[in-house]
Amino acid sequence: MTASRLATGGSAIDRSRPIRFSFDGATVHGFAGDTIASALLAGDVAVVGRSFKYHRPRGIWGAGVEEPNALVDIGGSVPATPNTRATTEAARDGLVAKSVNATPTALADRNAFRDRFSRFIPAAFYYKTFMWPDWHMFEPRIRAMAGLGKVDTDWTSQGTADQINHHCDVLVVGAGPAGLAAARLASGAGLSVTLVDDQQRPGGSLGHRAGEIDGKPVADWIEETVAELAAAGHLVLSSTTAFGIYDHNLVGLNQRHRDGRPDTLWRVRPRQIVLATGAIERPLPFANNDLPGIMSADAALAYLRRHAVLVGRRIVIATNNDSAYEVAEALATAGAEVTLVDLRRDDTPAGPANVRLIAGRSLAAAQGRLRVQAVTLDDGTRLDADCVLVSGGWSPTIHLFGQARGKLAWSEARAAFLPGDPVDGIAVAGAAAGAVTLSEVFAGAGKAVASRGQTTTAVPRSTGPEATGGILAAWPMPGSRGRVWIDYQNDVTVKDVELAARENFVSVEHLKRYTTLGMATDQGKTSNLPGLALMAGITGRPVPEVGTTTYRPPFTPVPLESFAGARAGELMAPVRRLPLESVHRASGAVFQEYGGWLRPAHYGGNADAQRSIADEARRARRSVALFDGSTLGKIEVIGPKAAEFVDFIYYNTMSTLKPGRCRYGFMLSENGVVFDDGVLVRLDEHRFVVSCSSSHVAAVHARLEEWRQDRFGRGAVYIHNATAEMATLTVSGPNARKLLETLDLGLSLDDADLPHMAVSHGSHAGDEVRIARVSFTGDRSYEISIRADRAEPLWARLRHAGQAFDAVVIGLEALMILRAEKGFIVIGKDTDGTTLPQDLGVEGPRAKRQGEFVGRRSLFTEEASRGDRMQLVGLTVPQGEAPLPTGAHGVRRSDGRLRSQGFVTSSYQSPALGRPVALGLIERGAARHGETIDIQHLGKVSKATIAAPCAFDPAGNRLHA
Amino acid sequence: MQLFPCPFCGPRDETEFHYGGDAGNARPDGVDVPVGRWADYLYLRTNPKGTAREIWVHMNCGEFFVMERDTVTHTVLSSTALGGENAA
Ligand SMILES: [Zn+2]
Repeated sequence: MTASRLATGGSAIDRSRPIRFSFDGATVHGFAGDTIASALLAGDVAVVGRSFKYHRPRGIWGAGVEEPNALVDIGGSVPATPNTRATTEAARDGLVAKSVNATPTALADRNAFRDRFSRFIPAAFYYKTFMWPDWHMFEPRIRAMAGLGKVDTDWTSQGTADQINHHCDVLVVGAGPAGLAAARLASGAGLSVTLVDDQQRPGGSLGHRAGEIDGKPVADWIEETVAELAAAGHLVLSSTTAFGIYDHNLVGLNQRHRDGRPDTLWRVRPRQIVLATGAIERPLPFANNDLPGIMSADAALAYLRRHAVLVGRRIVIATNNDSAYEVAEALATAGAEVTLVDLRRDDTPAGPANVRLIAGRSLAAAQGRLRVQAVTLDDGTRLDADCVLVSGGWSPTIHLFGQARGKLAWSEARAAFLPGDPVDGIAVAGAAAGAVTLSEVFAGAGKAVASRGQTTTAVPRSTGPEATGGILAAWPMPGSRGRVWIDYQNDVTVKDVELAARENFVSVEHLKRYTTLGMATDQGKTSNLPGLALMAGITGRPVPEVGTTTYRPPFTPVPLESFAGARAGELMAPVRRLPLESVHRASGAVFQEYGGWLRPAHYGGNADAQRSIADEARRARRSVALFDGSTLGKIEVIGPKAAEFVDFIYYNTMSTLKPGRCRYGFMLSENGVVFDDGVLVRLDEHRFVVSCSSSHVAAVHARLEEWRQDRFGRGAVYIHNATAEMATLTVSGPNARKLLETLDLGLSLDDADLPHMAVSHGSHAGDEVRIARVSFTGDRSYEISIRADRAEPLWARLRHAGQAFDAVVIGLEALMILRAEKGFIVIGKDTDGTTLPQDLGVEGPRAKRQGEFVGRRSLFTEEASRGDRMQLVGLTVPQGEAPLPTGAHGVRRSDGRLRSQGFVTSSYQSPALGRPVALGLIERGAARHGETIDIQHLGKVSKATIAAPCAFDPAGNRLHA
Repeated sequence: MQLFPCPFCGPRDETEFHYGGDAGNARPDGVDVPVGRWADYLYLRTNPKGTAREIWVHMNCGEFFVMERDTVTHTVLSSTALGGENAA
C-alpha cells in the first residue's frame, strides 16, 4: 500500500456511515462524504482511466472540476451518466462506476498497445491520413477505439428535470472565502443574495488551507456565515455549478441532487454577479508527467484534510511557487517522507523542518509503468517516489468572465491571465481576481458589492498566517526531451504543439482544432495556459499576444434532459385540440396531427382504416356528411379602413363584396407566391372574417398584424383572431338543407335568402350561430359557427337529426378525397414555394386590378412570365390502374437525359368516380390537357393523362342541388 | 438569452420575439417600380456590424416595434412602437 486512509481526521467524511460501491468490477470501500476519487485513493487504486488517443494509463490528478483524467461512467443505484468526474461525484452505496475508454478495465486495457505506436499517430493524424477514398470507411473503427464514456442506450429519465427562473439582486458564484464574504456583505446592504457552489459543502479552499478569520478557526467562520445567510432568507445552493453566463447576464446553473432526481436547471437574472470562482492549479512540464501517481499538490492537501487520505509514503513535490510549501509540511506531519523540489534558487520561503528542500532544481522525467516509481531531476539526480505532487502555479477560473466577453489582462507577477476591464454587472473577487492573501480576498469581496449599496456588515479580517504568492513561471519548453504532456484529457504533448506550429497552425483557435488541445469535457482547465505559453515560446511572442481561445459555456457538462425540462414527448411541440375531441373519441375517431392540430383522420377505429375512409367519402356524396371544421381560421378584420385593408391583403378585389356575402381568394407573399387561400366573409360594411387554412392561422394573423401596424395604423383597422373561440360544424351533401330544416335555427334556409357564398345568422339554444354557405366538398354545404363551449349540444342534435338521412360523420382523410375530386387545392400540398396565382389558373386580378396589393409587383417579373412554369392540372390514369404515388415525377427525355417536368401533389382513389383522381404541378400543364406523359416513381414508369383539375361535377350543379 | 424591451410589455426573453426585418425598408408601391428596386426591397439586407434598426414582433402581445441594437455587443439602444407611420 502506498496511498492510504489515516486512522483519524477528515473534515468531510462520516466514519460512522461506511459505504460500498464498485469500480471496474472491484469493490471499493469508503465513508459518507467521500467522492468516488477519494475512496479510490483511500483504496490505493492508481489507474482510474485510459487516455483518449493512446490509451495511456491515467490516475487521479485533481480534487474538483479541474480533473482531466478520472472520468467514470456511473450507474447502479444512481441514474446512469457517462463521463462524470470521479473527483466531484459523491461516492454512494450501490453505485457502479466504470472507467472510460478502457476494455475491460483501466488497469488491463487491451488497447494499451496503441501507446507504442504513438509516434505514428501525431496531432492531426486523422485529418491527414483518412482522406482517401472516403473518411466514412475508417470512421466506425476509429470511433470504436477513441473516445470517452459510453451512453447507456437503455437509459430512461427518472422524471422531468425541473427548470427554475430566478431573480435576485446579487448572485455570488463560489462559496470560498471571497464568495462567502461577498454574500455576507451584500446581505448587510439589504440585497437579496443567491450563493452557489459546485462542491457538496461550502468553504472552497478554506476546506483544506490554513487560516483564521475574525479570530475564529475557518470552519467556524464558514458555518456562522452560511447560517447567517440562511437566517436572512437568502438562497444557498451546494452541488450547483454556474456553467454559463449568457447574453444580458443570464446565468445558467446546474444543480445536482443526491436522491436520483434529474438535475435542476436554474436560469438566474441577477442585477449583480460576483464571480468568486477561485483558481486552478497547473501541472509542470517534464517527461512522462502523465503517469498515475502524479497529482496536483493542492489536491493532495484537500484529500488529506477533507478525507484523511494520505496519497503516498515517499512523496516528491515539485513546485515553482510558494503554495506547495504548506502541502509539503502537512504531508510530512501526516507521516510521509517528503522531498520538496523548488525550481527557484532564490526568494523561496523557508523550507519546513520536516521536509527535505532541494532548491534550484526541476523535474526532468518521471519513471514507472502503471504508476510512478521515481523521478529524475534536471541534474540527473534520481529520487524514488510512490507519489509525485506538482504545482505549476495558479490559473484564475475566469471562464465565466470570459463568456461574458470580459477582456483578460496578463499578469507577469502572477504568471496568469487575470480579469481585465470590468464588465457591466459583473465583479470578480478572490483568487479568480488574482488575490493571494485572505486580506486581499476580503478587500476584493467588499469592492465587488460596494456599487450596490452601503453594507452594515464589517469586512471580515484575516487574523491568522497569510499565504504568499511568489512564483517563477515554468512553461513547457520547445525541444523538450521525452513525452511531455500538456493536455491530459486529449493526449496533447509538447511535440504536438510544435508540429502545429511547424505547419503554421499558430493561432490559438487553430492550435485547438489541430491538436484538440483544450477540447472535450475538460475544456482545457489545466492545459490551456501551458499550451498557449508553449506556442508563445515556439513563435517568440509574449504570452498575451498569443491570446486565449474563446470561452464558451458550459463550464462543466450539463445533462441534455436539464435543458429539455418538460419539453419532451407530447410537450415537445404541443398540439392544438378541438373543443369536441372527447365527443369524437367516443364516436370511434382515429386522431392524427394535421398542421399542429389533432383532428379526426377518420372514424370506425383503426381496423381497416382505408375502407372506413372510402366509405365516409362515398356516403358523403350519397346523402349528407357531418364534419368538424373548427380548426378553420376565423380572423376578424374590423374598422373604417377594413375594406381597404383586405383589398391590400388579398390578390382578389374584396372591397366590392356585399355585406352578407363570401368570396374565395388568395393571399400572396411579397414575392408573389401563393401563401394561403380561403373564403373572406363580409359581415357588414366595416367587418370581415378571414377564413384561412387551419395550419396557417398563426402565420396569417401575424401577417395581418404586420401590415396593419406598419401600413394602416392602429386606429384604422383592428384584428381579432377568433379561431379558438368558435367551433365550426359543417353539414355537406345533397340532403344538407333538408337536415338543417329539421332543426329550428331561426333563419331562412331558402336559397333566395341564403344562396351559395352567402352568410346568415340564426340561433341555437339561445346562442348566436353564423351559417356560411361555402363548400370544400363541391356539394351544397353549410358551415355553422357557434361558441366553442356550446358546440356539443348542437353537434349532438345534428347527429340525431342526421339519422333520418343516413348521415355520415367524416374525418379529414375523406374530406381530402372529396376536395381532390373537385380539384380544390391545399396550399403547401398542391402548391410549393414557387407557385404564383396564375399557375393555379387565377389570372384575372393580375391582369385587371388597378390598386396595390401584397405581392403585386412580383407577378410581373421575367420569372413570373416564363412560358414553361409549372401549372396546376388534374391527372388521370389508364383504366384499371392504381392511384399515382404522391410525389412521383412527370418525366421526359431531353438530350438523352431523363428530366422532371413536374410532380404529383395529391392522389386518391375516388369512390364516387370509381377511379383514381390526382392533382399535379406540370410544366405548361394548362395548355396540355389531353396529353399523356410518363410518370416515374422509384424507378417505375407509368402513364398519366393531363386533364382539368376538377374531375367530379365540373359544371358545379351539386352546389345548388 | 437576451432581454428585449417590448414597448407594451417591458423587458422579456428573446424567445418571445420574432425578427421582422430591417427597419426603414420602405415598400415601393406600383407595377412600374424598377425590378432592381423591387428585388432590393425583397432581398437586399444591410446586415450591419454595430448599430442596427430592426423590426421585431413580440409574439405574446402581437405588437410590432422598431428596436435599435448593437449586433456586436447585443446592447439594446431603444425600442419604439410602430404608429402606422407609413400610413398614407
Ligand atoms: Zn409585448
